[in-house]
Amino acid sequence: MNKIVSSATDAASVNSAQANAPATPAKPKSGAFAHLVYVLRENPVTGLAFGMFALLIFAAIFGPMIVPYDPLATDAASVLQPPSFAHWFGTDNLGRDVFSRVVVATRLDLVISVAAVALSFVIGSFLGAIAGYRGGWTDITLNRVLDTIMAFPLFVLAMGVVAALGNSVANIIYATAIINIPFYARLVRAEVNIRRNAGFTLAAKLSGNSDARILAFHIFPNALPPMMVQVSLNLGWAILNAAGLSFIGLGVRPPTPEWGIMVAEGANFIVSGEWWLALFPGLSLMIAVLTFNLMGDGLRDIVDPRRRT
Amino acid sequence: MLSIKGLSVAFRTRNGEVNAVKGIDFELAKGERLGIVGESGSGKSVTSYALMRILDAGGRIKAGDAIYSGVDLRNASERDMRDIRGREISMIFQNPRAALNPIRKVGHQIEDVLRRHSRATRHNAKAKAIEALEAVKIRDAAARYEAYPFELSGGMCQRVVIALALACDPKLIIADEPTTGLDITTQKAVMDLVDDLVRARGMSSILITHDLGLASQYCDRIVVMKDGLIVEAGDPVALFTNPQHAYTRKLVNATPRRTGSIRALLPEGERTELPPHVIGQKPLIDVVNLAKTYQGKSGPVHAVKKISFTIHEGESVGLVGESGCGKSTTSSMLVRLLDTTSGSIFYRGEDIASLPAATFAKHPLRSKIQMVFQDATDSLNPRFTARQAIADPLLRLMGMRGDAVTKRTEELAEMTGFPAHLLDRFPHQLSGGQKARVGIARALATEPDFLILDEPTAALDVSIQALVLNLLADLRVRLGISYLFVSHDLNVVRLLCDHVIVMQNGAIVESGPVATVMETPQHPYTSELLSAAPQAPEREMA
Repeated sequence: MNKIVSSATDAASVNSAQANAPATPAKPKSGAFAHLVYVLRENPVTGLAFGMFALLIFAAIFGPMIVPYDPLATDAASVLQPPSFAHWFGTDNLGRDVFSRVVVATRLDLVISVAAVALSFVIGSFLGAIAGYRGGWTDITLNRVLDTIMAFPLFVLAMGVVAALGNSVANIIYATAIINIPFYARLVRAEVNIRRNAGFTLAAKLSGNSDARILAFHIFPNALPPMMVQVSLNLGWAILNAAGLSFIGLGVRPPTPEWGIMVAEGANFIVSGEWWLALFPGLSLMIAVLTFNLMGDGLRDIVDPRRRT
Repeated sequence: MLSIKGLSVAFRTRNGEVNAVKGIDFELAKGERLGIVGESGSGKSVTSYALMRILDAGGRIKAGDAIYSGVDLRNASERDMRDIRGREISMIFQNPRAALNPIRKVGHQIEDVLRRHSRATRHNAKAKAIEALEAVKIRDAAARYEAYPFELSGGMCQRVVIALALACDPKLIIADEPTTGLDITTQKAVMDLVDDLVRARGMSSILITHDLGLASQYCDRIVVMKDGLIVEAGDPVALFTNPQHAYTRKLVNATPRRTGSIRALLPEGERTELPPHVIGQKPLIDVVNLAKTYQGKSGPVHAVKKISFTIHEGESVGLVGESGCGKSTTSSMLVRLLDTTSGSIFYRGEDIASLPAATFAKHPLRSKIQMVFQDATDSLNPRFTARQAIADPLLRLMGMRGDAVTKRTEELAEMTGFPAHLLDRFPHQLSGGQKARVGIARALATEPDFLILDEPTAALDVSIQALVLNLLADLRVRLGISYLFVSHDLNVVRLLCDHVIVMQNGAIVESGPVATVMETPQHPYTSELLSAAPQAPEREMA
């Protein structure tokens, strides 16, 4: 999780550096940084996605400090006010500032999605790598287990997990991680499997590497580029999943600001004309998911050494 | 019939525009067989793609004209080009498996072409497709019509591709390295077939190849390309006996043939005296009744059938045969990547055949037996720099750390002629020859005394092959190691080896000193291998 955050701040600094000197041609810079600049330049959408991701990270870290109102403070005098200069996104039925709540909610939603994705990445990679490398019964067994998980409607499975384990942020993370594990495990299994008899794997054996070492240091890193695409898509799904759980009343409890709950609470007021309650958290959710989906290709290009020349 | 003037092709890349073909001219008469010879990166394939207008994205014809029977190929509409492709000009691609749709029956694929060019109707398409398969001498064509590409051998797939290309009676056929990846006997069969068909139908042909010997055998005229330019053109015998351009001379020299020393492959100025290597009396590797049996779907498959041979200290032995003859299985067992079924492998008297392959990585003898792999690209981890690849065995087997690793890595790079300033590059940033050197440096890192060379030059250009073979010859003397050189090409094996073993269907059919086997082959299979190799015209005696 820390890694993802730090790479995002890198991306942010690159973006600003680019914005400051757009006309001057890039000076020959060393390795990784130049490559990052190149990837962001080659594809403006990637640059945009990383910019939006930086904004999300900024909101997650500094949100509670910069918002104009306390997201939990009710104000009976100004209930259900439409968007105005004082309340950019209006106020809700308890007079809380919707803008402050939307910004503060970023942290919780990001933590849930990033932690869930990190967890499923690690577990899925581990299981998939072993199955892909060993083959045989290990492989068959794992595949059937994954098939079983995927045979459930995933959201219903997540609901079941949260309902069984109890309503807490940690349990939402576990539930989201469990439903995402099969995607990673299958991807890694396929990527490892096609390389387990590759020339460089045999060469690594001749060089005296143990099987574990070959798997971890020789084969697995080669599976990273497609994994990155999966990670970014999953981040989007994970946020939606967490919001969805909150929406139906599982997971985060009111009055904690969270996009899913806010949409759920605001939905009741849409019919009576107070659209801003649900619209703004919904929009944030959409933008976050879109950002993660757009980031995929850029992340893949960054971790793929073959894209460097 | 085809006239090309000042053709230039450029590709847009990350580092600006790259000119792949820089203004070439040539003409092709009706019924003429032209060979375009060049090494990788010479622009020979790009030229043919430009003619067919199937350049990759980012590529375009920058300048020049290509006129085919009055049609301007550069400016013809895409619609006209679709009619020309297949009916007027057709192409045989490099990798037959990739050129065929894997999930469609080959007969249907031929029907598609016939019907696209209105050569067949729904009713007679099947009969015509079978006819086309019969034309390329596929036995039992009616049954093969129903086959999927994966059910056919490589040579058979290439025949299907040829049937596809010839189905609509094109006037010009372009064959782009049609026999790369095929065995030498299959290569001969395929080339003879194409040649017969081209002559019988009065077609023109363009053969694109890196093999000057092959081109000289099947072409009336040869054009030699280098870096997007034509450096020399002429008839094959003249090119061989009296090459004008320095590059042609280099290619002619580097083409392996039946006679001449390994140093003769190099350009004249670089031929140093080859120091003799000493063959010891003691056997280094003694293989006794080695066998490997796989459990196939239809009963056991005997990949290697109780073979025995001996390799002495300092000796180089060639292992020759076609794909599927068991030579790769044998080398995998010798290098202890594969468990044996029965038999023994004695290394200096110690039987290593019984040690399980899975744990041999930790065995003290691991560092003594090493291997150079066939495909240098595949055998280097795309995420490891050259330095990391060479250092890996030092860290794992030699227990070296820190500066010692750096020092030894640079020493190995120097020894194998790998430029030290390229050590921090990734494999995709290196040329084929450089990658081969990294593979050799890695294999030598642990100071082995037995090295298995699995077709180490198969994927290389001939001039690079000449350098690598000579490097191997020098290293053998310098380090006193023994080689087992696995290859399908006797002309290459002969250059490096003292002794040769010919394998067929998992058994040794002939073995003996190289000169004896080459000159007086005893087994008919050996003679077949020898006669299948393209015979380059002898060069002028210098």
